[in-house]
Amino acid sequence: MVVASLFFYLFAGICVASGFMVIAARNPVHSVLYLILAFVSAAGLFVLMGAEFLAMILIVVYVGAVAVLFLFVVMMLDVDFAELRQGFLSYLPIGIVIGIVFLVELLLVVAVWAIGTQVPGAITAPIPPLESVSNTEALGRVLYTRYVYYFQAAGLILLVAMIGAIVLTLHHKLGVRRQNAADQIARTPRTAIELRQVRPGQGI
Amino acid sequence: MAIGLGHYLAVAAILFTLGILGIFLNRKNVIIILMSIELILLAVNINLVAFSTHLGDLVGQVFALIVLTVAAAEAAIGLAILVAYYRNRGSIAVEDVSLMKG
Repeated sequence: MVVASLFFYLFAGICVASGFMVIAARNPVHSVLYLILAFVSAAGLFVLMGAEFLAMILIVVYVGAVAVLFLFVVMMLDVDFAELRQGFLSYLPIGIVIGIVFLVELLLVVAVWAIGTQVPGAITAPIPPLESVSNTEALGRVLYTRYVYYFQAAGLILLVAMIGAIVLTLHHKLGVRRQNAADQIARTPRTAIELRQVRPGQGI
Repeated sequence: MAIGLGHYLAVAAILFTLGILGIFLNRKNVIIILMSIELILLAVNINLVAFSTHLGDLVGQVFALIVLTVAAAEAAIGLAILVAYYRNRGSIAVEDVSLMKG
């Protein structure tokens, strides 16, 4: 139990500290790397909670895909980030005021709060005991049966995002000669070849 | 001291606040704003999973999965818009986005 608490404080501390560094780092590349660290430690928190599948998905999707996407874009855009940081200090007071108000509100909600008596009876998909069914299998049994429409909707969202990203970033350069197979196949000798009568000594 | 639901909720609350703060502090840098949104969604996910495992209900994890999907899609679309915008304007400053307002 002590080890679990220790690991909770370790992961929570790293998560919060790297979350702070995400917004405070001068270099956006460092921000992305701190974001990766925050996600990895959040995955550790998920494992501590007993949601192994989501922890692995967090690492695969966020660290493997989203963070790398961020890294690509940060490195691809040739932007003077020092210029973009101007005004950081001028927004600091109002930002800190709003942040503190928000945090106090949230912590008040967390402190003064209890689970209703009817909630334990309203559980729709109880987690089976871990000895018999693993978290991944239990999640799959629920996700592919009762929540299959949600699953399909998630796939649809990803498809729309993929098509949208391609449409937004793909652009055709003018003045580039491309191969057009249909035009090439549609050519006939009648349109491609012209016979001329050339007189001697005159040319065409 | 045993780690309960409240601890996880506190971590999620702090992360959420950091995300909000990041949006306020980095008003000019869209990339940091997108990362802050990712932080906020991560905090929401921690909340969902914490309640799911505390109450013994798997549905919270299903919703967390869908939130994760939406976050990934949002990041892809946001970065694509960013790249398209940079290609047109040569900068990613947020202030310039209101150019069409006249």
